[in-house]
Amino acid sequence: MRNKMLEVIVGLFMIVGFLGLLFLAFKVSGLTLSRQSDNYQISADFDDIGSLKIRAPVEVSGVTVGRVSNIVLDSESFRARVIMDVNKKYNNIPVDSSASIFTQGILGSNYVALSPGYEPDSLKAGSKIETTHSALILENLIGQLLFSLKSDKDKDKEPEKTSTPAQ
Amino acid sequence: MNQLQQLGSSGINFCGNLGLSGLFLFRTIFSRVKWRQAWPLFSSQLYKVGVLSLVIILLSGLFIGMVVALQGFNTLRKFAAEQELGQLIALSVVRELGPVVAALLFAGRAGSALTAELGLMRATQQLGGMEMMAVDPMWRVVAPRFWAGLIAMPILAILFNVVAIIGGHFVGVDWLGVDDGAFWSNMQDAVGFHEDILNGIIKSLVFGFVITWVSVYQGFYSEPNAAGISKATTRTVVFSSLLVLALDFVLTSLMMGGW
Repeated sequence: MRNKMLEVIVGLFMIVGFLGLLFLAFKVSGLTLSRQSDNYQISADFDDIGSLKIRAPVEVSGVTVGRVSNIVLDSESFRARVIMDVNKKYNNIPVDSSASIFTQGILGSNYVALSPGYEPDSLKAGSKIETTHSALILENLIGQLLFSLKSDKDKDKEPEKTSTPAQ
Repeated sequence: MNQLQQLGSSGINFCGNLGLSGLFLFRTIFSRVKWRQAWPLFSSQLYKVGVLSLVIILLSGLFIGMVVALQGFNTLRKFAAEQELGQLIALSVVRELGPVVAALLFAGRAGSALTAELGLMRATQQLGGMEMMAVDPMWRVVAPRFWAGLIAMPILAILFNVVAIIGGHFVGVDWLGVDDGAFWSNMQDAVGFHEDILNGIIKSLVFGFVITWVSVYQGFYSEPNAAGISKATTRTVVFSSLLVLALDFVLTSLMMGGW
């Protein structure tokens, strides 16, 4: 009798362990039982992807519609090809949509934002987004800012020089 | 000359022990287990090793989750990033603290008990008595303990993770006022099932393997007297703790390398 009780307790222990695994899977890691066939793949070529990572979200108007599944370098054009898995639910994204890479907050990670176009045809599996905007790199921005400040100064100086002989 | 001889003898001893423990492990794993007879032995060992370790594992998991939440909250507040608390707790617990702390507690709680039990069996010549009755102590005594430890360790680590995250949720959300939705959704964004949770479970499986191997070996080959048993128990705790920490580094570097 005591042995049976002991086996029941051991069985309970193992079941509780399994339930704990389920908790970790679904509540902590947000695992969903969606199959691969629920997605279709589209791609886009960017000049610069910044620090975009695989599994980054793909969003339309802030709503996550898919994830980045792979990033490769195109060996001919040397542009970054981003391959995205988009949920089949969102199968009416227009063909002339544009893709841009943005950053969540100041320190956040990068994500791909699709802004819908106006064509009646929609993106299908394997189609490619033609209009892309690269990620904004902080160093480039600062460089452009310095350059524009400098050229503004030059512009300010030039009229003075030309104006002096006229006087 | 004498010291040189000592060095050589300790080297030979070390290699001998290593080989003996390897052979012992091989014999344990491939011992012809008579499952019908071994099943009750196995379940009673699983009770002793797993269920009785549950209290210490759950309590320490709760407190570790709570203290990680408290520490993390105070650091994240400097960057106005309290929302990321769930992510911090889940990643640090699931990847590192869960498997390692649970394994260290397991070595102290269950490993030392296994060694002491087997050592006393050796000292009172119960193992020799079994051999006289043509009962192989390998499957009668050693194998059930080994398999029970191997199975109990991942379950204990999973429960440690769950309780630590619940404790962190308790401190972070109910006490310090982090938003409940942000807590879970940031956590789900950051934690991957395969790369974080499964890797943590693989770690704890390896730790369980090493701890039970060390403790069963030390007990089985302990010197058959009181001092020998105490020495073997100490060695079990020291060796298995060191092995757990060292293997944790090796496994983490393998997993971070995209294994």
